[in-house]
Amino acid sequence: MAAKKVRLAAIAHARSGDKGDGSNVGLIADRAEFYPILLEEVTEERVKEHFRGFVHGRVERFEVANLKALNFLLHDSLGGGGTESLKIDAQGKTHGQGLLQMEVQIPEELLGLVRDRR
Amino acid sequence: MKTIRIGNGQGFWGDNVDAPIRLLRGGDIDYIGMDYLAEVTLSIMMRQKLKDPAKGYATDFVDFIRTVLPELRERGVRVLSNAGGLNPHACREQIFEAAREHGISGLRVGVVEGDDLLHRLPELIDSGHELRNMETDEPLTPRVDKVSSANAYLGASPVVEALEQGAHIVLCGRVTDTALALAPMIYEFGWDRARWDLMAAGTIAGHILECGPQCTGGNFTRFWEVPDLWNVGYPVVEAREDGTFTVTKHAGTGGLVTVDTVAEQLLYEMGKPDEYITPDVVADFSSIQLTDAGQDRVDVAGIRGGENTPFLKVSASYLAGFKASGTLTITGPRAVEKAELCADIVWKRLERAGVVFGEEHRETEVIGTGACLPGVETSSCPVDDPAEVVLRLSVRDPEYRNVERFGKELAPLVTSGPPGVTGFAGGRPKPQRVVAYWPALIAREQVEDHVHVTVEEV
Repeated sequence: MAAKKVRLAAIAHARSGDKGDGSNVGLIADRAEFYPILLEEVTEERVKEHFRGFVHGRVERFEVANLKALNFLLHDSLGGGGTESLKIDAQGKTHGQGLLQMEVQIPEELLGLVRDRR
Repeated sequence: MKTIRIGNGQGFWGDNVDAPIRLLRGGDIDYIGMDYLAEVTLSIMMRQKLKDPAKGYATDFVDFIRTVLPELRERGVRVLSNAGGLNPHACREQIFEAAREHGISGLRVGVVEGDDLLHRLPELIDSGHELRNMETDEPLTPRVDKVSSANAYLGASPVVEALEQGAHIVLCGRVTDTALALAPMIYEFGWDRARWDLMAAGTIAGHILECGPQCTGGNFTRFWEVPDLWNVGYPVVEAREDGTFTVTKHAGTGGLVTVDTVAEQLLYEMGKPDEYITPDVVADFSSIQLTDAGQDRVDVAGIRGGENTPFLKVSASYLAGFKASGTLTITGPRAVEKAELCADIVWKRLERAGVVFGEEHRETEVIGTGACLPGVETSSCPVDDPAEVVLRLSVRDPEYRNVERFGKELAPLVTSGPPGVTGFAGGRPKPQRVVAYWPALIAREQVEDHVHVTVEEV
């Protein structure tokens, strides 16, 4: 089956925030047809690799099928807790948008369902 | 079936100051929740209270009440807030002062206390409560002298009690954001507090509401689909006594309420999805069913919950020194190289002066080169769509208050603007004096004849 590479931004949306010493990213498939792609492609290992520049702890993934979503906990990703951090993004507000930059393989027959390819 | 409307007019201290007024005036509403306390806000309030014993609460809240009090009374709208901070009595006194200014009598204001543990810490630690750090497991004892605030998160029950005693406004210190939505449901519907599914439903309604416009189109990934974000409507939950509810916003406002905008907010600051722990319940987010119910309406049902835990969360803060940040703007050619050189010069000159910041105590971020998300592959970004930009907005005006008002419009963009906005930690921009040069001539006597010096003694 032919597949094509797209950014996650083409098939999913996301939100992130701080969670203790790290951040969380909720990643939601735009359509039910795309949820299996998230399950298959967006693994703990790949997210850790994608965010290797600033996630110093482990990455945990939880499935939230009723919302066609995945929840990721990025441990030790803020350079210290909320107020001690000297980073410009001390709350991990940008981590969700950052995950949407990841590239994934999507079957060609699903390309027609992509609503925005920016 | 009995239905009540609960809105959120303020997601954090620093949020848009017009939002709660527009929420009140824009349509039907029974309860307005207002959240002012982030994790560290109470430690800021402690510093304010140490300087002035009459301070230590959210002053923006009193400004709001002063503005709308006659309308609140006329329409019977009740307001629930954690604006009391560390000094809810002083906050109440200011609200009573506002009522007297309006010539309003019969206003009942509730105060919820007991969350503040600061003065009880030695006693608590002596009796074996180590208050270990939930992340690192370190005990509090070595830092106890530096603690500047310690507050337990309270649940819905004390808020319900205030409502039962006829409070029109309820002032809390540390209370869960979700309790501000659950409490009116318990009070209005007479819910049994051991019916965990209902407690979870009210709690999840509260989670959706607690960040204001983050469920109505603010901070939404597909921001280009959101109409009139500048005029975003703050959320309203139509809660029914069977535990189902509808998320919506007032007609005529901007923003967007869809299954997608609500789902993003459900996952905000989420840990284990089936174990969302509050003082009231353990809510299961994997049970939530969202259904499109027409324009800007989403039905929420199917929520399950389990018995609450025997613990309350304590949020303590301790003095850990000081920090500062500064920004320079540097142009190319070789802008990144110049920026890195500047940083190197600063650290070396400080070191020469005997001021050394270790690796853990300094941060160099060259903004515009992927500072927020270092290492994230952005080579697929076109030249005109870089991974990151710095927006710098500035104003000038003869009136202090206009410049100050401008400063209040930046932080709200984090929750009510497009997604991926950050870097607001420096607080509201403070108006600085503009010193302008204006050469002119005046007759000497026009000045000298009016000089008058007085010295007074108290």
